[in-house]
Amino acid sequence: MVIDKEVDDHEAPVPSIVFRLEPSSGVPTYLQLVHQVEHALRLGYLTHGDQLPRVKDVVASLSINPNTVLKAYRDLEQKGLTAGRPGQGTFIQASPETVGLERLTALRRSLVSGWLKDASAAGLDEQGTVALFMAALRDFRDRPVESRSAGRGGRQRGEGVA
Amino acid sequence: MNVVETSGLAKRYRSTWALRDCTLAVPAGRIVALVGPNGAGKTTLLHCAVGLCTATNGNITVLGDLAPGSLDALERVAFVAQDVPLYKYLSVRSMVAVARNLNSRFDQAQAEERLRALEIPSDRKVGKLSGGQQAQLALTLSLARDPDLLVLDEPLARLDPLARHDFMALVMAAVAASGFSVIFSSHVVSELERFADYLIVLARGRVQMLGDIDDLLAGHAMLSGPVEECDLVGEQFAVVQTRKAARHAELLVRTTGNSELPSGWESDDVSLEELVLAYLRDPSASMLPGPLTLDELEASEVT
Repeated sequence: MVIDKEVDDHEAPVPSIVFRLEPSSGVPTYLQLVHQVEHALRLGYLTHGDQLPRVKDVVASLSINPNTVLKAYRDLEQKGLTAGRPGQGTFIQASPETVGLERLTALRRSLVSGWLKDASAAGLDEQGTVALFMAALRDFRDRPVESRSAGRGGRQRGEGVA
Repeated sequence: MNVVETSGLAKRYRSTWALRDCTLAVPAGRIVALVGPNGAGKTTLLHCAVGLCTATNGNITVLGDLAPGSLDALERVAFVAQDVPLYKYLSVRSMVAVARNLNSRFDQAQAEERLRALEIPSDRKVGKLSGGQQAQLALTLSLARDPDLLVLDEPLARLDPLARHDFMALVMAAVAASGFSVIFSSHVVSELERFADYLIVLARGRVQMLGDIDDLLAGHAMLSGPVEECDLVGEQFAVVQTRKAARHAELLVRTTGNSELPSGWESDDVSLEELVLAYLRDPSASMLPGPLTLDELEASEVT
């Protein structure tokens, strides 16, 4: 298993993205890396053609298992966000489908004037509202894939006992 | 190829069994964490694997079919002991020269390059280096031997958080570059997930749990629900740990079959730390076929 083929070890260029880890977040490490790339894409910090840091450099800066980085990069590639070029590295290929601003505003308005209003009328306080929303979101995600329209992501492991 | 394979491995020191009936196989290309309470047999197992001690009973091979301690195995297995054995009164430069002369396979240029990158002065006496630097030096010398298997006994125990980070970063970067296998023992359960992708839990000289960490996590779940139904649900699963409160209960279970949960019960993912601690707390809980009972363990005790 040789992961990085490059032998030259001279000054690494300024990386396109700097990863960080939150060990206590409960989110698997590889997913944290995936999310950070997606986030950077959304914000425009990463654009088409950018090279992701070499596995060896990520591993050395975060002190994590190389397989974790490989898993994250594989995941990004499967999502069509990056492409590996043999002998060169991993490059950004596309931006994640972003929801248009108009659509976002409409969704937000319907949440505020509809569900949130009902919840408040029923006497739920802020924390209760959040808890209920998160529980509903979990239910929604746990439904079979066909029954939800645009199901990206979702839970990755330990899906179920049931 | 398995980097380490044992069957019925046992080691007795006078009247105490440090290892008994220890059977395991570790696939190549992994970073393996070896975990267990003090006296579980971690160091003994590692010493058997690198050829520093011979087993009382059973077999052990490394890197396929090599006998630990044989010339072939010595050449391809590198070991950094718990107390980082270095010659304290030699300069770093002389220490590198000693290591070069004692090993048939040793890349001196690589060692010097790495020490430069780590900013370890080559004319400093080894004993004058910080604990973190001494650990890095020992590791550098091991890496320069271009091993196929690197064995580290408690590499993190005596290092501060920064030194820990730097030490493991060095290991991980070397693995990324050359793809060798690593086995390290550790007490630090909270950091395992970061480094390891394969886990062995030892308890009282036996293997309690072993496997790919993702598989182990996927194979366990934390169930919570009303305490009255706790026993009923407990019967459906192999329960590792039960915790009961006044009205609700939490069960850490192995999820082998596909049993339906009664309504009102929820299933959550387990973290590696939770999982390891639960197993360590209960030495009778075993992943492997035929859970060991405490009585069995006591019965095999030699007095």
